Amino acid sequence: MLTNYVGILLLVLVAATLCAAMVTLSWVLGPKRVTPFKTSPYECGVEPLGSARERFPIKFYLVAIIFILFDIEVVFLWSWMTVFKSADQQFQIFSYFEMLIYMATWVLGYVYAIRVKAFDWDETTSLETHEGAIQSEVAA
Amino acid sequence: MNLEMIQSFTPAHFLFLALAGIAAATAVGVVAFNDPVRSALCLVGNFFTLAFLYFTLNAELLGITQVVVYTGAIMVLFLFVLMLLNLGGVKMMKEKFDVKRVLGFGFGALLLYVIGAQVILPLNTITTAKAANDFGGPEMIGRALFTTYVWPFEVASILLLIGVVGSIMLAKRKV
Amino acid sequence: MDWLRQVFWENEVGNALLRVLLFVLPILTLVPGLIWWERRLLSWMQDRIGPNRVGPFGLLQPIADGVKLFFKEDITPKAVDGLIYFIAPAVALFPAFALGATLPWGPNLKLTPIADVNIGVLYIMAISSLGVYGVVLAGYASNNKYSLLGGLRASAQLISYELAMGMALASIVLATGSLRLTDMVKAQEGPLWGAVPQVQNWFIFTPFGFIAALIFAICVIAETNRAPFDLPEAENELIAGYHTEYSSMKFAVFFMGEYAAMFIFSGVFATVFLGGWHAVPINWSALGMEQVAHWNGLLAPLFFLGKCALGITFFIWLRATLPRLRYDQLMSLGWKSLLPMGVFNFIVVATWILTTSLYGIGGGIATAVGAFAVIIFFTTRIAKSANANVEFLEKRTITMESGKGDPKPQEVNA
Repeated sequence: MLTNYVGILLLVLVAATLCAAMVTLSWVLGPKRVTPFKTSPYECGVEPLGSARERFPIKFYLVAIIFILFDIEVVFLWSWMTVFKSADQQFQIFSYFEMLIYMATWVLGYVYAIRVKAFDWDETTSLETHEGAIQSEVAA
Repeated sequence: MNLEMIQSFTPAHFLFLALAGIAAATAVGVVAFNDPVRSALCLVGNFFTLAFLYFTLNAELLGITQVVVYTGAIMVLFLFVLMLLNLGGVKMMKEKFDVKRVLGFGFGALLLYVIGAQVILPLNTITTAKAANDFGGPEMIGRALFTTYVWPFEVASILLLIGVVGSIMLAKRKV
Repeated sequence: MDWLRQVFWENEVGNALLRVLLFVLPILTLVPGLIWWERRLLSWMQDRIGPNRVGPFGLLQPIADGVKLFFKEDITPKAVDGLIYFIAPAVALFPAFALGATLPWGPNLKLTPIADVNIGVLYIMAISSLGVYGVVLAGYASNNKYSLLGGLRASAQLISYELAMGMALASIVLATGSLRLTDMVKAQEGPLWGAVPQVQNWFIFTPFGFIAALIFAICVIAETNRAPFDLPEAENELIAGYHTEYSSMKFAVFFMGEYAAMFIFSGVFATVFLGGWHAVPINWSALGMEQVAHWNGLLAPLFFLGKCALGITFFIWLRATLPRLRYDQLMSLGWKSLLPMGVFNFIVVATWILTTSLYGIGGGIATAVGAFAVIIFFTTRIAKSANANVEFLEKRTITMESGKGDPKPQEVNA
């Protein structure tokens, strides 16, 4: 059992060594002539303006958390997929309807997220209704 | 630890020691680093090594789920939040007498005692594995999840649904 | 020779090392060839010549580039977060190499896959999800506006397409009944649709497998940040995205990761949908041609490499053909099209397995017909709502035109 994973562990070690070697080699081999212009952040040739560590839209955060929740939902099903096909008929019928109920709650969450436009990236329509967007635009 | 004990070690022991060492080192790194992004990275490393520890215990599905859920999803969110808040290094105020530190050491020692007395000492007397051969395999878990643990399984889906609705409500601009 | 056999064949750890080397070394040697192939093919498609000076047909060009990059100055900008900036390229390259641990490229279990574990597909999902870290860290550590935007875009894109990729693989896992990739290859050796024993049942030939293959292919392109999904490094708006601040070999390492990931994902596609290491979907043993079946097994790595090459050529072809997507289009494609399609496909496969087990082949066919009817119903509904959306957009344009400061269209024309 354990010996199966020795391969993975070895591959992880080899991959990590390779990656580390590639990154450090050019550091060692290349010349180093530091000038202030060379080491300033790239901003199309002009002096950098302000800090780059700006705050960014909450949208990215929302996508990440919805991804986690949906991901976990699917994780529960992976183990079932391996037994479903070869199982006896009684288990198949029972677990099939179990799965349907489970997926129904998934679909419910998904439809909710679509309805409130959680995945829309157009700022005028995101997390609002179409009518709301039009009204705010008319007002502006 | 004497020489005889070391000679009686199998390769599995050394593998465990190496993995546990990395896991412990990264765990210390989580607390020791001042920069939150580095702490989060240490946590990623810790979760990844933990997966291998699960593999050595024949709990394959648990191990890979650890990587999929924690390393691949939750830690990404952690990094997002850290970048969102843009904390940078923590500037700590120096206190003369920090009560938290003393209390922390006290509770740490207590936890060490509980683990030592309840987990490590009883485990020392066990010589043969109690779990079945395909104990951590996906087939076993799939069957158990859909027969014995049907209710927790279904409740988990509702919990996740609440999570989806709640997170969208929080992120919404207008309530 | 005997001690070699002792170390690399009988000894389990040595054997594992042999398998790792047999996997990593070909990738390391093939990646430069891959870069050459992309540059030549792309030039040819764009009516150019491409690199043709170094070596025969310019084959040594990538190697010359690599040597040059190793000796270039490794600039570390002042504003970066030193340690994270340093390790980010390595973190980006690592999953590309570690991805293929469960991939079988031949029939001999002593040589391949590196670890024949019963969670093979999940392992691929898990490692590919680690690909996010490289870009996020590079974007964050660079302390550059373009890098941060590129890193953010890339991470949101990667996690969005991972869900659909998981659902596509899930349908195939359900149809196989195993997470082991060698079992998947074995399942595809069976008779086509359970009826024609001479032809192999490659999953791309089954209706659900075809849809899953489509979803998986699109998701793989998004996961490897290739055109038309290369928004994170969109050069006309973000300079180079998350690797703007990287120079020398560190810069090249990001590309190496991309190419290695392309290579291995093509291998995963071949294994899951295209029958693995088999050359053609014909069961030679069923036709009574044992000699051909034997040679098919012996030449398996070549056939597998051939399929990988086909996949990569497809990648390059797409890059030459399709324009880049807009960011909201990318998000809505992942979340609103691929994900529901994948989930629906998954439920259909479950229903198909249940009805086949209850009512035999007829139940399976009835399920397929029913699923098709549901698809037709929903596509007509969605087409209607899309029309409504177009009307909404037109309405919005009109309100903007009638605003105070806007010039009237006629005036512009005049």
